[in-house]
Amino acid sequence: MSNPVPAHQVLARRNLGDRIFFLALRAVSIGTIALFIGMLIFIGKLAWTSVEAQGFRFWVGDDWNPPMDIFGAAPFIVGTLASSLIAVLISAPISVGTALFLREIAPRKLANVVAFLVELLAAIPSVVYGLWGVFVLAPIMRDTIQPFLAKWLGPDTYFAAALGHGMTAVAYPFLLVADTLGLTEVTLVSLSANMMAVSQGLFDGPPLGLGLLTSGLVLSIMITPTVTALSREVLLTVPDTVREAALGLGATRWEMIKLALMKTARAGLVGSIILGLGRAIGETMAVTMVIGNRNEIPKSLFEPAQTMASVIANEYNEADGMHLSSLAFVGLSLFAVSLIINFLARTLIRYLNRGSRA
Amino acid sequence: MIELSSRDGVRKFSNYFWLAMLCLLAFTAIAPLFFIFAYLLVRGWAGLSFAFFTEIPKPVGEVGGGMANAITGSLVLMGLSTVFGVPLGLACGMALSELKKSAIAKMLRISIDLLTSVPSIVIGLFAYALVVVPMRGYSAWAGGFALSIVMVPIVARSTEEILKLVPASIHEAGLALGLPRWKVLIRLILPGVRAGVTTGILLALARVSGETAPLLFTAFSNSFGYRGLSAPTASLPVQIYTYATSHDETWRQLAWTGALVLVFVVFCLNLVTRILTRRTV
Repeated sequence: MSNPVPAHQVLARRNLGDRIFFLALRAVSIGTIALFIGMLIFIGKLAWTSVEAQGFRFWVGDDWNPPMDIFGAAPFIVGTLASSLIAVLISAPISVGTALFLREIAPRKLANVVAFLVELLAAIPSVVYGLWGVFVLAPIMRDTIQPFLAKWLGPDTYFAAALGHGMTAVAYPFLLVADTLGLTEVTLVSLSANMMAVSQGLFDGPPLGLGLLTSGLVLSIMITPTVTALSREVLLTVPDTVREAALGLGATRWEMIKLALMKTARAGLVGSIILGLGRAIGETMAVTMVIGNRNEIPKSLFEPAQTMASVIANEYNEADGMHLSSLAFVGLSLFAVSLIINFLARTLIRYLNRGSRA
Repeated sequence: MIELSSRDGVRKFSNYFWLAMLCLLAFTAIAPLFFIFAYLLVRGWAGLSFAFFTEIPKPVGEVGGGMANAITGSLVLMGLSTVFGVPLGLACGMALSELKKSAIAKMLRISIDLLTSVPSIVIGLFAYALVVVPMRGYSAWAGGFALSIVMVPIVARSTEEILKLVPASIHEAGLALGLPRWKVLIRLILPGVRAGVTTGILLALARVSGETAPLLFTAFSNSFGYRGLSAPTASLPVQIYTYATSHDETWRQLAWTGALVLVFVVFCLNLVTRILTRRTV
């Protein structure tokens, strides 16, 4: 014991009321921890029949057919990943840009107003986003945005061709390695054909309004406040000396932001974007309302799809037996994924904070 | 005078260009807010009437009716979740600040951090397994329980933050008078940070009032109004969801008006918290 016990703690041991009080606090703490662990256990119990019957195959099976008792969750996993990735791709530059605007450009009063408006965006309930998405955004997507995207990025466009070749180029080294090890039958020709099919199909199909792209867009609006607020906090941890050093060397404001600020805050910014991804993955109502709810792996961004959260919201009330258990299994997987993502992001942010203080 | 080379011109231009881009990005971030507000006001206002607050919904196809069942249901659910969630959240907040670096506090902090990040639909599954299955039916109890789990981490974190701000001298003053620590905390510290604690509670309420996913298969819904705590209970968000996805024009109108009312309530709660925080800080 290097530190002497503070006087009030010595007193605390003596008083009966204090003993009871601290015992109660401990009990409440343990109760809350137990509540959290109980969550895993109880959902696990609900899901157990399905876990036992299907195991890991559950995550790769692409057929979800409750009447036939066939349950594969791959369509939902793909739908969740795709819609969240779209959301993050749209939201990341906007959020980080807004955070930089608030911290580095805007005069204090304007920054307060803009920050308040962004906070209001976070206060809007998910179901209201869904309502707006269905009746306002989806028709706009159907009539204007999707036809426009199909024209410039759809099948038989330069974009699709370039993307296909690009993806082939990225995947080729992996193919070479796998081929040398004798692991694969895929040839360069078939790889290229597959990649081309994917890129050509990305913006293909009839513009329905409801679907993967629309839900990604709604999600991007919803996670922007989260990522902005977190990025702003990260930028606050960057010491002013970093700014002053860059400006003192003759950097312009933008060069200071790019070279000094963003570089110093990189880990934290990535962390806040990942936390945004975590939010997007768990988001339920808005997505359920605009994604179109189709239990198949989507080939095009225009197609309706289903996410892990939305399938639970859609089917849980009518499910029983193995179907119910499989939905709980989906929930358990969702739980696990969001825990892992949050843990990763928090570690990144904490790592940054420690770095800047040292 | 230093002469500017053309290189400096490029740097200057790119500086202004990118700074302008950042302004544009900030504008893009807040633009949807006005877009959503405008539609909420226009579409929701059209259906706003006295009947909306006093009548229960009419069957499909009939014109008129309101969301009285959902409004009372929401109030009941929020009341229940406050009764469970706020004391537990407060206690956790106090535990975090009082037990500081003990192993229990560390584990509690991790649990609460992770609890914040659990998707709300998963919380619904938990309440289903814990309350709905043993009770053999949807109930306000289950919905209130699910919502209280959403509340706990919010209240706990804000309580901890506010308690951290209290200077040690106040603790010491109380202890110097010979008060036991629990009395110092409950009678001396807590009354002083009342506004801050209230802020946390209101924020949690604002969050909970819009939650839909945890209620879908816990409180479920009904179309008659309040029928006791062990009966399925309607709520504004769930009702909005059901009506928005229906094909009946009257119901869709009710959904828009419901959304307007919900957003109004949530924003009022947020506004009050803002005013409270401004006064304390």
